[in-house]
Amino acid sequence: MDRFDYKLIEEMVPEGATVLDLGCGDGELLAELVRERHVQGSGVDVDPAAVEACVGRGLSVFHGDLDEGLADYLDGSIEVVILSFSLQQLHRPRMLVREMARVGRLAIVSFPNFAHWSVRGQLLARGRMPVSEELPYQWYETPNIHLCTVNDFRDLCRREGLRIEREAYLNRFDRPTRRLRRPNLTARIAIFAVARAAPPPAG
Amino acid sequence: MDHTRSHTSAVTTGAAGSRAADTHAADTHATDTRAAAAGTSQIGDVPVVADPDAGSVGLVKARHVTVARPPRALALEGGQSLGPITVAYETYGTLNERRDNAVLVSHALSGDAHVAGRHKPDDKRLGWWDMLIGPGKALDTERYFVICSNALGGCNGTTGPASIDPATGERFGTDFPIITIADMVNVQALLLDKLGIPKLLATIGGSMGGMKALQFAVAHPERAHAVIAIATAAQQPTKAIAFNEAGRQAIMADPEWHGGAYYGQKTPRRGLSVARMIGHITYLSDAAMREKFGRRLQDLHDYSFTFSADFEVESYLRHQGLAFTERFDANSYLYITRAMDYFDLARGKASLAEALRPAQARFLVMSFSSDGLHPPYQLKQIVSALRATHKHVSYYEVQSDFGHDSFLLERFKMEGVISAFLASSAATFTPLAASGAVAGGAV
Repeated sequence: MDRFDYKLIEEMVPEGATVLDLGCGDGELLAELVRERHVQGSGVDVDPAAVEACVGRGLSVFHGDLDEGLADYLDGSIEVVILSFSLQQLHRPRMLVREMARVGRLAIVSFPNFAHWSVRGQLLARGRMPVSEELPYQWYETPNIHLCTVNDFRDLCRREGLRIEREAYLNRFDRPTRRLRRPNLTARIAIFAVARAAPPPAG
Repeated sequence: MDHTRSHTSAVTTGAAGSRAADTHAADTHATDTRAAAAGTSQIGDVPVVADPDAGSVGLVKARHVTVARPPRALALEGGQSLGPITVAYETYGTLNERRDNAVLVSHALSGDAHVAGRHKPDDKRLGWWDMLIGPGKALDTERYFVICSNALGGCNGTTGPASIDPATGERFGTDFPIITIADMVNVQALLLDKLGIPKLLATIGGSMGGMKALQFAVAHPERAHAVIAIATAAQQPTKAIAFNEAGRQAIMADPEWHGGAYYGQKTPRRGLSVARMIGHITYLSDAAMREKFGRRLQDLHDYSFTFSADFEVESYLRHQGLAFTERFDANSYLYITRAMDYFDLARGKASLAEALRPAQARFLVMSFSSDGLHPPYQLKQIVSALRATHKHVSYYEVQSDFGHDSFLLERFKMEGVISAFLASSAATFTPLAASGAVAGGAV
């Protein structure tokens, strides 16, 4: 599948940038950024098979848990830090977003929008936990523990003193979506590029 | 530390031994499972081998070369010089015409050049890392030319304290100069000169072998395209120094040691065997000890109420200790553990990152979750230091219960990532510039 969300992320990444991809999976996005944007990229993933796949692609990858944070990295030491569809699987998503904005001059976060009308519909009409292409798991086996909505994420950015530089929305992974007017209701997939605007709040 | 081999020889020692030897049985089971799943879950080009012998390099033999002949004796880190130096080594596979497929394997404390295959058709003992080396294995001998040499200071063919000192015609004993990991690596480089290999595709090793791989990348940066450092550290950790010192004191306290001048007489085998017992304790994890031995008794229904080896774990350690004295020289144990203790890549440098700055290689760093000798944090320190200077580095942490021994046992958890890393390294190899060419030549 051609991942159009990757294309949108790619457009947000400057040519030749240093990139850290958190939860990089098998390295598909990172490899694309190396190929198309000539980035100096490295990835992090907790899954041994993902790490092996990245190594096979010739990528630099760290086998580890995102919830451990980015303590190794100095402030502003990476141009772009990416978190693609992993935010909702973290134990401490707020901490990681804060860390991404500390380490990266730009932080790109994509996630499934839990306020999309079809999600609301499944809860409202059927009274069941929503299952969709972006949320493919049954409630009892989902790794998604911290789902949020477009409005929730904007709110988090405000609380964290992060400036939203770019935002993009999709309804399918594999093709573009025309401009969505009320993304919190109409977008299945949200992509935000944020940067630190003010020092992080205490606590 | 070729514990794998020791495990094999322990089969004859009763329950404790055979439990320890179960690592081989476990290997076979894992092979079956993997073979059954063939073609379904492979990532990268990991070959599936149903029969462990199918991927064997077969019959091999050790060869010897002499390097550092005076007046070109090797200047040692400690200030002395040493030469000539005999190097025992084995090779598997074929060096290609471009000479860009050579992989150097470095052994651990008690290892040797015999890393794969058998010396004789009826050899029960395979090379110490046979699980990773052979046709279709992680270090695929159909693609790569694999080299392993016995380390300087060793006792399996390479010059060490048991060798004859040309100055006196007597064995060196403790007149042998103190050597370091850097000295061992410089001897490896001299061997590569002899073999006509200007630049390695990769240098790989576990434990002390990993130290050599790291040291090689710093000391001969233009000669290594890739480094795989496994279950090791950039500086010998305090606890490891402590265990080594206890082992050395056991050897030196043995009345047969005679200040190291015991050759031709009884050897300090009691001391050496205690040193080996101490070593083995550090190679096993708590979980592995509990699983292998628990509190089970050795051929007894009840305590003997004596000091004999009632417990399986005691029997195992005594056997490992004594078996080791059959194949290892006590003075070599002193010298090599000393070299490990002195190892500190950052020595004299502002930081480890600075120490690693000259390296030009791409790195794969691997740790094992239950390794008590080199816990994952020590490997992560290497990764952090490499990242600080923007080196290409990947880190892989294997979940394993086998402790430090894991790097000699966990074939199926290691080979995928190693083989993927070697393949991507081969795809990015750049030859050494002609100006830096080494005077090659056949041996």
